[in-house]
Amino acid sequence: MISVLLLFAPVVAALFVPLLASRLRGIHTGWFVLAVPVLLFIYYLGFLPQVKDGGVHIGELSWIPSYGISLTSYIDGLSLLFSLLITGIGALVVLYSIFYLDKTKERLGNFYVYLLMFMTAMLGVVQSDNMIALYGFWELTSISSFLLIGYWYTRDGSRFGALKSMMITVFGGLMMLGGFVLLYIMGGTFSVRELASMAPELAEHSLFTWALVLLLLGAFTKSAQFPFYIWLPDAMEAPTPVSAYLHSATMVKAGLYLVARFTPIFAASEIWVWLVTSIGVLTLFWGSFFAVKQTDLKGILAFSTVSQLGLIMSLLGASAAAFHVEGAAETMFKYAGFAAIFHLVNHAAFKGSLFMVAGIVDHETGTRDIRKLGGLMALMPVTFTIALIGSLSMAGLPPFGGFLSKELFLTGMLSLGELDLFAPASWGTVLLIVAWIASVFTFIYSFYFVFRTFTGKHKPDLLPKSAHEAPAGMLISPAVLGLIVVAIFFVPNFIGDWIVKPAVAAVQPFMYGSPADVDVHVAAWHGHVTPELMMTIGIVITGLVLYWLLPKWQGGYRAFPEYLTLNKLYDSSMIFAESGMNRLSRSYMNGLIRSYLIYMFAGIVIIVLGSMFVKDAFAVSFEGTAPIGPAEIGLLTVLVGSVLTTLVARKRLTAILALGAAGYVVALLFVIFKAPDLALTQLVIETVSVALYLLAFYHLPKLSRHDEKRKFRVGNAIIAAGVGLMMALLAMSAASQKALPSISQFYKDTVYSEAGGGNIVNVILVDYRGFDTLFEIAVLSIAAIGILGMIKLRLTRKGDQHEKQ
Amino acid sequence: MSVIIGFLFMAAVYLILSRSLIRVVIGTGLLSHGAHLLILTMGGFSGSAPPVLEDSVTDFVDPLPQALILTAIVISFGVTAVFLVMAYRAYQELETDNMTLLKGNDEHD
Repeated sequence: MISVLLLFAPVVAALFVPLLASRLRGIHTGWFVLAVPVLLFIYYLGFLPQVKDGGVHIGELSWIPSYGISLTSYIDGLSLLFSLLITGIGALVVLYSIFYLDKTKERLGNFYVYLLMFMTAMLGVVQSDNMIALYGFWELTSISSFLLIGYWYTRDGSRFGALKSMMITVFGGLMMLGGFVLLYIMGGTFSVRELASMAPELAEHSLFTWALVLLLLGAFTKSAQFPFYIWLPDAMEAPTPVSAYLHSATMVKAGLYLVARFTPIFAASEIWVWLVTSIGVLTLFWGSFFAVKQTDLKGILAFSTVSQLGLIMSLLGASAAAFHVEGAAETMFKYAGFAAIFHLVNHAAFKGSLFMVAGIVDHETGTRDIRKLGGLMALMPVTFTIALIGSLSMAGLPPFGGFLSKELFLTGMLSLGELDLFAPASWGTVLLIVAWIASVFTFIYSFYFVFRTFTGKHKPDLLPKSAHEAPAGMLISPAVLGLIVVAIFFVPNFIGDWIVKPAVAAVQPFMYGSPADVDVHVAAWHGHVTPELMMTIGIVITGLVLYWLLPKWQGGYRAFPEYLTLNKLYDSSMIFAESGMNRLSRSYMNGLIRSYLIYMFAGIVIIVLGSMFVKDAFAVSFEGTAPIGPAEIGLLTVLVGSVLTTLVARKRLTAILALGAAGYVVALLFVIFKAPDLALTQLVIETVSVALYLLAFYHLPKLSRHDEKRKFRVGNAIIAAGVGLMMALLAMSAASQKALPSISQFYKDTVYSEAGGGNIVNVILVDYRGFDTLFEIAVLSIAAIGILGMIKLRLTRKGDQHEKQ
Repeated sequence: MSVIIGFLFMAAVYLILSRSLIRVVIGTGLLSHGAHLLILTMGGFSGSAPPVLEDSVTDFVDPLPQALILTAIVISFGVTAVFLVMAYRAYQELETDNMTLLKGNDEHD
């Protein structure tokens, strides 16, 4: 219960942010905000001992019980790991932002409100056991990401990037919702835990594959997997603390979380293993390959993030493969799941620090263009050291955490290579080779990032500002992350036991009963030369040679035509959709009342006639019809004649008189149908109406057809005939059949005893339906006031002329 | 009777769709006639005497549709009056009664 409410602590805190930002301008708002993630981080640390022993904490708050929807806080190894990442990195990012964002120039209130909103959303995503709540939080992360990317909304790039990330991630979110609904249909519950417990039955269901694909679409769009990665580079328009937080450490990992969380349900499917692993490896390669092309520091990091996310994704796929093998082979895949979680932690640490370094370089030199940078090592020694640690960890070199996860990754890929799960038996080998090439490129861009920025020739004339070391406060956060990167290398099993293993046990419950069963021991040196070590040495040598030759082949990227890229495809489809939709709506919303009336009439005719046809509601019976005598025939003839006259009348007086005649005929018809009250009223009203028409027509123009074309009139006639036919059939059917007895008998019986009147119609009006009549009078009064107002109002156009004169 | 109602509606719709503002107003008048007769028809024509209590009469016409129509007649009169004045006003203001010209432009979207 308390843990559920704490999910909303950041949002509640956000309520006070605007107040603090506007009242206490002297103190940077970030200092107040900082308390929220720090306190939450400490709170979640308290769960570590319990979770380490395989325990879980469940808090539940009922939301819509009738649909089985509740807010939950389900803390097991996996969600605890993510919660710690969110609050821990969150605290460091807030600290960093205090020095990054100027308190006098930036709208800090907005920034921290969005950031806190994101924190709640992300915590909700990782702790929700209920899929509907998960979806809600998931979309909230997209929305807060949109707001944060568009934080500097006066820039075109920010708005474009924000919209792009929103379109892609929300599209994925909707697909995921579809997957959730399918899971609900299959399992009858929104709870992920309960679904996982019935995984074998679900796998038999015909909708299983659909749910799988839809869910993966959600995960792939969020985690920027190929081909949806295109939004992530554009999201780099966000302030750097946001990039470090949302777009490398937490939000983009929501997709990984989703895959990890649903692995127990979908691991039984070979499609799952195949899709997740292949897309992951492809993204790994694609991202690392194009990272070398970038010239923007954050661009390199964005593509590197794409690539690393692919790496973790492929490891998750491989960990699901463990479900499909038995015996000795199974132990090989235990490394994959462990490596995925382990690298997730590693990546959050080193990529967070690298983003902060990029932000520092941007902040202190005024540019992120790597072509203008160089030789900053002497000017910014601390920043350089942190960047070096982060980059070497990213490249997978000892003595940093990245080396260990790289080794584990290669182990996972090696075991995939030996698995003949895939249809072409050699597919596993292909994946292994692609993964190796991607690792080489990872090595190259890591070196490219750090050595192009900090070594080489300093070019002070190209920089907008003269470079100098960042203030100490700004260096704290990246330095802490850098220390963590180094610490992971030296005490990997400490991290492994406390954080990684409980999470692995949550991802692969079919293998491990409790975190203690995860018998993975990470070591930098296994005591002998392993294939993984050989591959790493190969990577380093190839990477060094290629990096040395980089100036010679980097130009080769320009050979890729820009218009063939996915980015271009997205851009042109967006433009097409926008202008196309505009044209489409303009084509039917043309401002002509006639068009709108035609849509309405045609719609009514189609719906009514269609439903009458489908329901077989036509009915004609001549029971109870009035006898038709000569008087009726005469009246009807006059009615038809006068109506025809209004149709063809060329003079307005003719039309008015014909309308009046029609009205009087209707009055006479009322007499024949035994409705004397109606007849009297109709006669009076008709007389007044004709007088009113004549009065108004004195002021109105002559009747004119306004050159109505033949086509125009035929169109009108068709619609009119359709409506007429529909009404005739409707009247006939309505008169011929009665589903329910009329309430009239009640009036007939009680009119004298209850209301003391003889004229039933009048009594109904003034007594039974007195309020109705009262309101009718009110309507008439409103009409009268409206008429008076319209007549008395001064003409705007003529008024203008008077003023001019 | 049903045929007459259909005919009234047809004429009314045809007039409403035309380009002249006056014809549109006349069309609404015919439309209300059609609607009144439709309500009356729906009630059925059984019964031989007006719905007024008299000692000797027991076979009344259904009074309910009549009560509804009575309301409708009065309201339709109000509507007609408003339409007429609106047409008058529009003509004074815009100096046209051509419906094709009476459409919004991009400024007023």
